[in-house]
Amino acid sequence: MQLKIETNRAVKIIYVKEERLDAHNSDELKAELNSLFENGMKDLLVDLKEVRFIDSSGLGVLVSGFKNASARQGSFKLSGLQSQVKSMFELTRLHRVFDIFQTVDDALESY
Amino acid sequence: MKNIIDIEIVVPNQTRYLGMIGKIGENLVRELDRFKGDRETLANHLNVVLTEGVVNAIKHANAADPDKDIRIHISASDQDICIKVYDCGKGFDLTTVPEPCFEADRLGEKGRGIFIIRSLMDSVEYKKTNSGNILEMKKKLG
Repeated sequence: MQLKIETNRAVKIIYVKEERLDAHNSDELKAELNSLFENGMKDLLVDLKEVRFIDSSGLGVLVSGFKNASARQGSFKLSGLQSQVKSMFELTRLHRVFDIFQTVDDALESY
Repeated sequence: MKNIIDIEIVVPNQTRYLGMIGKIGENLVRELDRFKGDRETLANHLNVVLTEGVVNAIKHANAADPDKDIRIHISASDQDICIKVYDCGKGFDLTTVPEPCFEADRLGEKGRGIFIIRSLMDSVEYKKTNSGNILEMKKKLG
């Protein structure tokens, strides 16, 4: 899975550079998120701008990240949702769980 | 003029083919000339239900055995689309899959796949036959 990771002050930004986030590659994102948490990071921002498709496995990994951050009194935010990805969050009511921003810059302003 | 499209796909029981299968579903929608609804949304929905249906067969019915096969049959006309996902594993009971309770367990990491299929399609059935199991998903287009 193609990921790009940047640091902005205490926030780790994970850019998912894939067209799909699904059962085939979502475990790799989960492993990367877990590694960041284990290394002491607790404020994560995942940018999905390039993701055109997400399935229930991809959603599950993001929920896992949210729970992990919450358990560490941290935050887990999302940015750049394309319309079809956003509709999957709405279908599963997960848009009420996550803080979702248009862009990475918008999200960074919220910290 | 005949206007029924039948597509048969057989792939190994591995998640690496999900993108290809989803794309076949999306491309099929482009050929439904007389469909008057939102084509992009329908294409995405077919991608989603094919992905969820195949993952379900790979992980649960075929118990993630990479040497087994998954067979998918898609039949489309102007009136409806029927997708059948065949597995040759021990299967599962669709009627025992609970509806996710969003308020009580909104942070569950699993259990959204069948809910998503049920939400996007008009009917969903899982049939056990002597030659294997079939997840059948139908959507009316008219």
